[in-house]
Amino acid sequence: MNQEANDRLLLRERARPADSRLATRLRTWLLRHAQVFFGSLGRLARTPVSTLMTAAVIGIALALPTGLHLLLQNLQQLSGGWEGAAQISLFLREDTSEGEAEALLAQIRKLPEVADAEYISREAALAEFQRLSGFGEALAALDENPLPAVIVVSPGLLHASPAATEALLGRLRALPAVDLAQLDMQWIQRLYAIMAIVERTVAVLGLLLALGVILVVGNTIRLAIQNRRDEIVIIKLIGGTDAFIRRPFLYSGFWYGLLGGILGLVLVGAAVIALDGPISELAGLYQSSFTLQGPDAATVGLLLGGGILLGLAGSWLAVGRHLRAIEPR
Amino acid sequence: MIRFTKVTKRYPGTNDALSEVSFHMAPGEMAFLTGHSGAGKSTLLKLIALLEHATRGQVIINGQNLAKVPRRRIPYVRRDIGIIFQDHRLLYDRTVFDNVALPLIIEGFPEREIGRRVRAALDKVDLLRREKAYPVTLSGGEQQRVGIARAIVTKPPLLLADEPTGNLDPELSAEIMALFEQFNGVGVTVLVASHDLDLISRMGRRMLTLKDGRLVGDTGAGAAA
Repeated sequence: MNQEANDRLLLRERARPADSRLATRLRTWLLRHAQVFFGSLGRLARTPVSTLMTAAVIGIALALPTGLHLLLQNLQQLSGGWEGAAQISLFLREDTSEGEAEALLAQIRKLPEVADAEYISREAALAEFQRLSGFGEALAALDENPLPAVIVVSPGLLHASPAATEALLGRLRALPAVDLAQLDMQWIQRLYAIMAIVERTVAVLGLLLALGVILVVGNTIRLAIQNRRDEIVIIKLIGGTDAFIRRPFLYSGFWYGLLGGILGLVLVGAAVIALDGPISELAGLYQSSFTLQGPDAATVGLLLGGGILLGLAGSWLAVGRHLRAIEPR
Repeated sequence: MIRFTKVTKRYPGTNDALSEVSFHMAPGEMAFLTGHSGAGKSTLLKLIALLEHATRGQVIINGQNLAKVPRRRIPYVRRDIGIIFQDHRLLYDRTVFDNVALPLIIEGFPEREIGRRVRAALDKVDLLRREKAYPVTLSGGEQQRVGIARAIVTKPPLLLADEPTGNLDPELSAEIMALFEQFNGVGVTVLVASHDLDLISRMGRRMLTLKDGRLVGDTGAGAAA
């Protein structure tokens, strides 16, 4: 290099970066961030085992609530299907004629809440009962058919919530030809109550595990800060701002969160695949077309985004607490 | 550039490391700070670099009263001071180039400018060939020169050096001193702490002598030995 040019460069008035054009400064700033961003990933890659272990802890902590949330989603889908199948049986008065029953059937079918209704005459009811109950011969001994005619009402899916079904039941019960209206909804209500508990449990568990992730990342970053204590001191000595020193640690937290999120997703995916076979087998036994749903886009986004946010929060916590304590002496 | 007014520094449970020290260095001046180890040389440099705060008295650097510099402004004050440490304080997981580039990166210099300045600084300390080496592979003297290159790469208005020639042979020491004089020649204020009285007296510059925390000798600005 030309000695004279060197001297001119080094010995002239102190140049400041602020003198350069805005576009140059912006480009430099972006370049520095990108360097630190990928540099912190590279630093993590240099200790793959400990990085993976930390990421695995985060992944498991994230996979647990995500898996439960997924279970809940599937359960809701399943119970939604069953609820549509919930039927109201209207037992008609004995003195109702076939004609009156048919008219009633037509009237019920017109109700907006009703998807379908079916009339089972006294004779048909008896035949079915004989066939299914095994009391065929005993029934044949009776002089008279003891069974009432029945209209089976299927509520529409749009009105399938317990409250709406209950309201429909009340209206049908008030019809003059109806002797008794029955709906066994208790199990649905119980299922809803249980799901509400599970939902709350998932929320509480998720909150606790999120706190766990923050602490895990915080502790990992704390150790990284201690390991790089000398470097931090030197950077402070030559005029590095807190933001400059903080940056690589925050990006490390970002990477831990992202890696943990990806691992959590892999764990949940593996669990879904492992459960899919047995569950479709079980569903087949119930003549159900139910299949286990994997995580949807929103869940994936929440898992990865949540992981990143928790990673950042953890490193922010550690950085805020520990960087200030490191001062050059 | 540097003004100490009755500065006292006391560490808890000890005698005063500095007591009632007053002196003034004009911009562009070059001076040596000398005295036995434990006389307070390091403490005085630490006060200037904001590594310590004075217990009493006033330290003014570059027109700024250091007692009034808020925490978050400290980095910006330090950027105007190139410090050369006795123990080099290099980053051992980065190359020589990256070590010297660090102050420029911190200040946000553009990439092209960084390359030119770092190479110019390394050339000045005759280490251009070792830019890709890691500090551990260098000798003590070479590491010291990397530290010097890092201190001068931004051309700060004030250069502090704590025993910069402690590990160097006399010939190299003289070269380093000549380098400081060159920077001084273009207006940089230079304060060098050293107990190498032979070398200092040959330089014929102002000499501040500390003894047990007190300033016992000052040959005065522009005085010749």
